[in-house]
Amino acid sequence: MTFLNFLISGISLGSIYAIIALGYTMVYGIAKMLNFAHGDVIMVGAYICFYAVSRFNLPPLVGVILAMIVCTVLGMVVERLAYKPLRQAPSLAVLITAIGVSYFLQNTALLLWSSNPKVFPSFFVSGSGGTGVELFGGQLKISYVTLFTIIICVIIMLALTWFTGKTKMGKAMRACSEDKGAAQLMGINVDATISMTFAIGSGLAAIAGVLLCSAYPTLVPTTGSMPGIKAFTAAVFGGIGSIPGAFLGGLLLGIIEIFAKAYISTQLSDAVVFAVLIIVLLVKPAGLLGKQIREKV
Amino acid sequence: MKKKFFALMMAMLMVLSLAACGGKEDPPAPGTDAPAASGEAGGAFKLGGTGPLTGGAAIYGNAVKNGAQIAVDEINAMGGIQFELKYEDDTHDAEKAVNAYNVLKDWGMQISMGSVTSKPCEATSAETYADRIFALTPSASTTGTIEGKDNMFQMCFMDPNQGTASAQYISDKGLGTKIAVIWKNDDPYSKGIHDTFTAKAGELGLEVVSDTTFADGNDTDFSVQLKNAQDAGADLVFLPMYYQPASLILSQANSMSYAPKWFGVDGMDGILTMEGFDTTLAEGVMLLTPFNADSTDERTQNFVAEYQKRFGEVPNQFAADAYDCVYAYKQALEAAGATPDMSAEDLCAAMIEQFTSMTFDGLTGDGMTWDATGAVSKSPKGMVIENGAYVGLD
Repeated sequence: MTFLNFLISGISLGSIYAIIALGYTMVYGIAKMLNFAHGDVIMVGAYICFYAVSRFNLPPLVGVILAMIVCTVLGMVVERLAYKPLRQAPSLAVLITAIGVSYFLQNTALLLWSSNPKVFPSFFVSGSGGTGVELFGGQLKISYVTLFTIIICVIIMLALTWFTGKTKMGKAMRACSEDKGAAQLMGINVDATISMTFAIGSGLAAIAGVLLCSAYPTLVPTTGSMPGIKAFTAAVFGGIGSIPGAFLGGLLLGIIEIFAKAYISTQLSDAVVFAVLIIVLLVKPAGLLGKQIREKV
Repeated sequence: MKKKFFALMMAMLMVLSLAACGGKEDPPAPGTDAPAASGEAGGAFKLGGTGPLTGGAAIYGNAVKNGAQIAVDEINAMGGIQFELKYEDDTHDAEKAVNAYNVLKDWGMQISMGSVTSKPCEATSAETYADRIFALTPSASTTGTIEGKDNMFQMCFMDPNQGTASAQYISDKGLGTKIAVIWKNDDPYSKGIHDTFTAKAGELGLEVVSDTTFADGNDTDFSVQLKNAQDAGADLVFLPMYYQPASLILSQANSMSYAPKWFGVDGMDGILTMEGFDTTLAEGVMLLTPFNADSTDERTQNFVAEYQKRFGEVPNQFAADAYDCVYAYKQALEAAGATPDMSAEDLCAAMIEQFTSMTFDGLTGDGMTWDATGAVSKSPKGMVIENGAYVGLD
């Protein structure tokens, strides 16, 4: 029973990593750049939702939608101002810019919302005040946040797969990812497509922010940075660029982290997590579900 | 960048020329950086400190700054000794603290309030030691802060003392026999308290049944640590940490329906003022702190009233410690017959002599004394959170 309890803790932590990782992988898969500011867009989304619900007493759903709108706009603005001018620059320059954007967002949040931690309101409470489903007479408990996060993850995963596979815009995205120059020659507006990718990625970040803070309810300007890095790890673990890979990587990373804490040592848990990552990458350099792409010469 | 550098150079030139003016009437002692102080400030001692005014630990930095400001204003209004107070932001970062310290030194700081939090204070105390500027920190509590520095003193308990005092208190009051400890292993503050707590608990026959850790970046999910404590049958959980992770621990324990007794340390102070925090979660949390804002003592009541009037909240222990620091300085400076035109180095020697020999009564304790290492001796008070407010346990 204890084992199952830990498994559930692992899944709930992992589902949060997974939902953040989906955003990372989406942007990387299309634009071929690591958006290190993703974690901070998450933080912005969480703050918007917090203020909408706690200060202006709007219903949670309105708060989430508002957060998505703000983050989508923010993502597009960041892309236009910080990344677009560097489209032809080496990828290292873009990477450093992304780190710069990340710090910029954190410090702006610090100025706007101060450093005093805020406690995020809990949305996922049933009518009788319960916070989760109890099994085996209360010995196991799965919180609504976890269930909801997993459902949302699966929906987003399916929707993204459908979107990139079937729609015109999605096809344009895949074309850009494969070869920007050729896509342009075929009449695809590369800039608009990449801008769209960032818009979707940032909208997902807002949802992830709300779910992250619902599960672990303290909110400070650095809230997004560490989960962002862990989720990035999860995305690499699952195979970066692969949408199901991000989901799988996130869940596995959460479960490994909790098991390492529970059965090895709380002091060593992160060391174990990253050791597993290194081993996986040694055996499968493209990650669990990543595609091995052969460079044509 | 170039412009800034130029502006800085100009500022330095101006300070130097000012210093030269002052130098005519009153030649400063060689090898100090105090000369600027004898310029325009006239009869005030320049008192400086660094603290996290922004960032994750800002609640402490601002409490200290506010508490010290009240004391300075009161003392200045009395006439006699005058202070000029300046706080610089270090965002709880050791490197930034040293930069902030250098800014204060350029400003002409004569005596220092050190830094508010432990890691930065370990860095600035090395600087004050090398520069021979006397420092009294209100709240940096690690051993490393004062170790090997004869001019570095503390107003708060040292971590080891906090750990032993907590264990002693738990044992004396019979609060629990099976204890779980959750601590942050990358934080010297948390580790210091944990180490002495477990050692003392062993001596007193308290059984530590669960001993688990977390670290930066791993501080969101505590289900494993709590499950471990619960399975081990711990009836009291000791939390030597700051209030932010503690709030997560309390809320996760609540959702697990695990309700042991909770015992915190001074870093727990602040949990009730977190925006949006459900204070019922902290109901019954105990902590050792030297300051009780509900005390009937007249000085405490005046201080609390003034603080509430100015800043709109009840002062925590950090504010009271800072208030005491300024008054302790006043007492020591008066006893030493010090004047604001003395150099930082001379003041340092005088302060070391005074602090090791004087007895000080403040808001955070009566009859405080300091030994030569710089550690304070005073007795802590047990507090418990009831109906969303601190209440004295004794």
